[in-house]
Amino acid sequence: MTDLGRYQDPLTIQRVLHTARTIAVVGLSASELRASYFVGYYLRRHGYRVIPVNPRESRILGERCYATLPEVPVPVDVVNVFRAPDALPGIARDAVAIHAGALWCQFGVISAEGARIAEEGGVTVVMDRCLKVEHARYLGRMHWLGFNTQRITSVRTGLQ
Amino acid sequence: MGDGEEEASVTDMPGRAEQARAFGFETRQLHAGQRPDPNTGARAVPIFQTTSYVFEDPESAAAYFNLQEYGNTYSRIMNPTVAVFEERVANLEGGCGAVAFASGIAAQAAALFTLLQPGDHVVSSAALYGGTVNQFKHLLRKMNVELTWVDPDSADAWRQAVRANTKAFFGETIGNPGGNVLDIETVAAIAHDHELPLIVDNTFATPYLCRPIEWGADIVIHSATKFIGGHGTSIGGAVVEAGTFNWSNGRFPVVAGPSPAYHGLRFHETFGTYGYLMKLRAETLRDLGGALAPVNAFLFLQGLETLSLRMERHVGNALAVAAFLDSHPLAANVTYPGLPGSRYLPLVEKYLPRGAGAVFSFDCAAGRLGGQSLIGGVTLWSHLANVGDSKSLIIHPASTTHRQLNEDELRAAGVAPGTVRLSVGTESVEDLIWDLEQGFARVAAVAGGKAATA
Repeated sequence: MTDLGRYQDPLTIQRVLHTARTIAVVGLSASELRASYFVGYYLRRHGYRVIPVNPRESRILGERCYATLPEVPVPVDVVNVFRAPDALPGIARDAVAIHAGALWCQFGVISAEGARIAEEGGVTVVMDRCLKVEHARYLGRMHWLGFNTQRITSVRTGLQ
Repeated sequence: MGDGEEEASVTDMPGRAEQARAFGFETRQLHAGQRPDPNTGARAVPIFQTTSYVFEDPESAAAYFNLQEYGNTYSRIMNPTVAVFEERVANLEGGCGAVAFASGIAAQAAALFTLLQPGDHVVSSAALYGGTVNQFKHLLRKMNVELTWVDPDSADAWRQAVRANTKAFFGETIGNPGGNVLDIETVAAIAHDHELPLIVDNTFATPYLCRPIEWGADIVIHSATKFIGGHGTSIGGAVVEAGTFNWSNGRFPVVAGPSPAYHGLRFHETFGTYGYLMKLRAETLRDLGGALAPVNAFLFLQGLETLSLRMERHVGNALAVAAFLDSHPLAANVTYPGLPGSRYLPLVEKYLPRGAGAVFSFDCAAGRLGGQSLIGGVTLWSHLANVGDSKSLIIHPASTTHRQLNEDELRAAGVAPGTVRLSVGTESVEDLIWDLEQGFARVAAVAGGKAATA
């Protein structure tokens, strides 16, 4: 079993959320009912530039699709993966090659080899976590629907 | 928006980095679910007494109604004050979230309604709150859902009751008023062997005394009216889900299949851990109503702030009153599971190490007349149909809360003609015992020289 705890560190998650601007979503679906579309839509709404990586589509969420990560013409801060776990090593190699800041693998996208490749290439790894949920936990409004954010703080932050 | 060039329509303000820490129960009962109000800095939870919420723009409104964004639309479905209460209960129980309701009974009906469809079957403990028995017996039958009552203390009974169309197991942490303690870990394991969720009513224990999810329960129900509120001011309830049950196991098309109410959205596939609770809120609460009022949520939050302190006192007083009754010649069958002689003591030590709650019953001498004489003789205990108030409460179930049950059902629920139920409050315990002595003086008068049997 992969030790997932080291890929779910709250301080790392917060740093990635706060510093990222451009997120390439590998496996982003064009179907509005799929989880990847919900996440992509949400991230774009919250100010991130979302770049779809999907060889079967031409445009998703109003953005041009790229077939692979190396074809993306702009710097990528986060590679967000919605693919089967066995695709992860290859995606990790691409993430290293394009100098992505972080490789963020959604729920169930778990591969020890993929994590090792990314880490050895200097890419931060977050695994078995949802990017939308973590954003909503620390910056968004997940608490408005009664979900357990696990947050305890008496610090006042700005307008919502 | 096109090609990601425009400003975002919402402003996210990163706060200070938050360290990972496993905060204690007493810290969480005060803080979980609430941050100082970002707009005003208010330290107390604001009461958002509003029916509805202004949308930023048409796209935001659409995103809220499509469930693509966490947003407030209408207080029948969500409210920021209610949300603090929901998150706090979920946090204290160790669940992934919660949905609040206008009563515990509404919460329970909604929890079941979300996972059942006509033709299904539920296996339930027979030792339940009378209101739950009525709901299961009559409301579920109207929905064409079959029910099997089982002796909650028998693992074989749970196992043998399972059918192809069974969809859930249901029990109470501490049965009402018989004091049965549910072997949660064992019953959860049997449920999970059959890919079924275990639903536990944790009202009598509260998350301070027992957290069923830690022992394998999948859904926890609360009547917040009782110890959570703690002051007898408000009616309300909550459903907490662990978030770990696999609703996509093939048995629950009603949760995992495409939802006709949301253009074919599959709640469990799309929202994963949060799928059941999203469906509970966005469909069941939306369509059945029964939303908790913001003011009541505020009062429950006030109660939760002192939950651990009150429960420590409740269980201390309850044990003292139970011990008094256990040695009293006019009382028998004291069902407090924390008493040294209780058959449930091993389960209490496992599941309720801080105390076995504060609600139990005993059989008063001279049967029905004896029980009524006791109630007529006390002046501090309040005669009413509720439990879990800070004030001590007393009632005669056979003529009130369990009145609609037949003889067999009464026996299964642990109720005899002379049974009296107590909810021990947080008063000076010597005053509570003094008052019961006043009542027993009346019982002695009607019992005369007869043997003290109920």
